[in-house]
Amino acid sequence: MAVGKEIKTQIASIGSTRKITSAMEMVAASKMRRAQDRMESSRPYARSIRGVIQHLAKANPEYKHLYMQNSDLKRVGFIVVGSDRGLCGGLNVNLFKVAIGKMKEFNSQNVEIDFCAIGGKAVSFFRNYGGNVKAATSGLGDAPELEALIGSVKVMLDSFNEGKLDCLYVVSNEFVNTMTQKPTIEQLLPLQAEEDDDTLNHHWDYIYEPDARDLLTGLLTRYVESMVYQAVVENNACEQAARMLAMKNATDNAGNLIDELQLIYNKARQAAITQEISEIVSGAAAV
Amino acid sequence: MAMTVHCDIVSAEEEIFSGLIEFVSVRGSLGELGIYPGHTPLLSEIKPGPVELRKQGGEEDIFYVSGGFLEVQPHKIIVLADTALRAGDLDEATAVEAQKHAEQAMADKQGEFEYSRAATQLAEAAAQLRTLDAIRRKLGK
Repeated sequence: MAVGKEIKTQIASIGSTRKITSAMEMVAASKMRRAQDRMESSRPYARSIRGVIQHLAKANPEYKHLYMQNSDLKRVGFIVVGSDRGLCGGLNVNLFKVAIGKMKEFNSQNVEIDFCAIGGKAVSFFRNYGGNVKAATSGLGDAPELEALIGSVKVMLDSFNEGKLDCLYVVSNEFVNTMTQKPTIEQLLPLQAEEDDDTLNHHWDYIYEPDARDLLTGLLTRYVESMVYQAVVENNACEQAARMLAMKNATDNAGNLIDELQLIYNKARQAAITQEISEIVSGAAAV
Repeated sequence: MAMTVHCDIVSAEEEIFSGLIEFVSVRGSLGELGIYPGHTPLLSEIKPGPVELRKQGGEEDIFYVSGGFLEVQPHKIIVLADTALRAGDLDEATAVEAQKHAEQAMADKQGEFEYSRAATQLAEAAAQLRTLDAIRRKLGK
């Protein structure tokens, strides 16, 4: 009986797609756990260095490092951290939307923007979209290494040193929890003091060893690198979480589709049987 | 009871130590630094070597750092280490091995780059050995 042969093949093909998506979901889930561990273990460093930098921004040093001086905005740098691979829902798209929104805001104030794209999807997005991409890094894999990022960060810092950039932002996803990832834009340079700690509001300064300039250059470079590294590691956890969710949805949807198609197939089969019976009966009655 | 100050030692990979201490000694770029609670604000680079702590209650602990930065506030001390290891994890055999290797590399140096790398390796290996010495002295191992 050749009833609904097309439906049968379609069900089979959706079934195999479902197998793939559910496998990807499980892979993403296990990778997410590792990515989350990595994110958690590098957080104390990021938190500490941010604390040091916050103190520094509140100090009254006789030497003001270039990274601590606010100047007129003419050109700003965006370090956009995307994922390397797709199939992770709206993660990258939402992030790029936020970046583009901020970019338009700057453009309307006649401020130009340089991009540094990290992650395959960010690189290809800015290649299609246009925009002035100064540096790009992709293929960081599941365990991103600081060494791989230093080059791109250095390009941005060098143009900051030469006065080509007046401000540096990092755009990346923040890992809120498994279900939520929030696109965020954070200003790295020049340093900004947050107004929450009153204990340091008197006039004071550090003792610098060896001298302030060398020390601050080293420390602030390390700060920017570690912030970008943290953003990349966090984005990696976001990517796996978003992929897990996207694949779970895909698996569920495939299941629903199969159920619906199965119903249609059964109805068609029954209709064919009924029709055959009524043909036989009416044939017998005519004899 | 002795005065204490909060101290954090973190490396890029993980948090190494966090807690109250009575005294800490670190090798700064201009020499050995011994810091008690209430120290004036200080920022310094750190050279490879041991970080020696006296924790609240007088218990001693030693960590090895291969460089980084130190921030001192009267109420808080932060060590931003490039790589920090609990000194007990240091293996003397590998440290000696590394030192030999580095000395060898210095002997048949090929270029400026090779030389500077070898010098760094040697400094790190020597610092690790120094840390081990300090542990043996302190903890009587």
